[in-house]
Amino acid sequence: MFKKLEMHIKKVLLFPILCMFFLGYGQEKTNMKLIKGGYFVPLYGNDSLVTKVSDFYLDTYLVTQADYLNFVKQNDKYAKDKIIKLFADANYLQKWESNLNPGAEINLKAPVTNVSWYAAKEYCATQGKRLPTIYEWEYAAMASETAKNAQRDSLFNHKIIASYEKPKTYKKSVGSTYKNYWGVYDMHGLVWEWTSDFNAVMISGESRKDKDTDKDLFCGSASVNASNLMDYAAFMRYAFRGSIKANYCIQNLGFRCASSK
Amino acid sequence: MKNKHIFILFTFVLLLFTACENNTTTSDVLYQCPMKCEGDKTYSKQENCPVCNMKLMPLKDKEEKVLEDPNYISDASIFNLTSSWKTQNNKEITLKDLKGEILVVCMIYTTCQAACPRLVADMRNIYGKVPHENINFVLVSIDPENDTPEKLKAFAKENELEDEFWTLLTSNEDNVRELSNVLSVKYKKINPLDFSHSNIITVFNPQGELYFQQEGLGVDNSDLIKKIKELK
Repeated sequence: MFKKLEMHIKKVLLFPILCMFFLGYGQEKTNMKLIKGGYFVPLYGNDSLVTKVSDFYLDTYLVTQADYLNFVKQNDKYAKDKIIKLFADANYLQKWESNLNPGAEINLKAPVTNVSWYAAKEYCATQGKRLPTIYEWEYAAMASETAKNAQRDSLFNHKIIASYEKPKTYKKSVGSTYKNYWGVYDMHGLVWEWTSDFNAVMISGESRKDKDTDKDLFCGSASVNASNLMDYAAFMRYAFRGSIKANYCIQNLGFRCASSK
Repeated sequence: MKNKHIFILFTFVLLLFTACENNTTTSDVLYQCPMKCEGDKTYSKQENCPVCNMKLMPLKDKEEKVLEDPNYISDASIFNLTSSWKTQNNKEITLKDLKGEILVVCMIYTTCQAACPRLVADMRNIYGKVPHENINFVLVSIDPENDTPEKLKAFAKENELEDEFWTLLTSNEDNVRELSNVLSVKYKKINPLDFSHSNIITVFNPQGELYFQQEGLGVDNSDLIKKIKELK
């Protein structure tokens, strides 16, 4: 009798231990990839030129329309008609037919777009994740298919720029571009992505009023100070971040989540 | 025969049309420009705004709701944020606890050498020009790592922000980012002790809806003061 109970307890205990073992040593979370941290020179960093990024996990794919539909089903505050004004502008899920029906026009495998920063943040939080920081995102995105850091790879940079020029890439399915060094898909080529601290890029309508040296970022002279002359694409990303607000819902702006290690 | 059909169709369309007309004219819904080009001016028909030419949007009867339910919070109110904060007196609050007073808010950090002292001076300047009842002057720290409630307390003392009309708040990185977005304040850590940040003072009405923003340091604050007096 006791032996049986003991066996049972052992079985019950063994399962979580095994789980922990696999999680701990597998170094891979479901649908996320480990990004090994390191030092890099972001286009636009802090006082010291080199910035450190710690190890973190990043979603393998962008959050899709189907993923987002599931989220809305469970969090009806984030339905198209119900989200409050503070958290999203009028373009929130603009192309969806109704609250729980994206409609036939929407490719469910495409990245969800027309979502605000608040909504993206909440989506990640419900998964026990968060949005990546600008540094984290840029660090992961500088990897090409074969190299951790392709900032100096002119061919890679050229590809990114070319992808910015293609229209309506937000309609494509996730995974349809390239898989980078870390195993993460579509860092460039489908949509722009929200970051947790996107509003750390300091340009305002009236940048002279900002207490900051960053005001020069987008003037001609700024390119001289830029850490990496090759990366014109990064200029575009930073300029974009600096021009948006957290309640904006934009057709070619999606997101993926991250979590700390 | 064909003519008859056309006639029926015509009357039907006409009916539809007039039905619509009736609908818009008899309803009590008021319309307003979403950009508020003409302030709070309302229209009884859904036309285009004469200033920016945008389609007027129906006004929700929020005034009534406010009267009905003291706990009512509008869609645009910052009291929808559920983040929790600590004051300079180490009291834990949510923003909703500040409801009912006009809020004059700016974001600072206490180790700031350059802009913040001037921003605080601007706040004190405003403080000196309006009667204080029903106003809460709120300074929010963008440096949660360093700015503990104790530090805020010391900062308040140093800067003579000690009476009950001043509230200094700190929280965590996440909550600060969220609030900064609501305030359209941009900020960035540039080294362990320094941030760059935009200098914006925001006025919220007692329902927590953004009422006015002033950008810049040492600017003429007469507009902002006028706005506060409007709310009183």
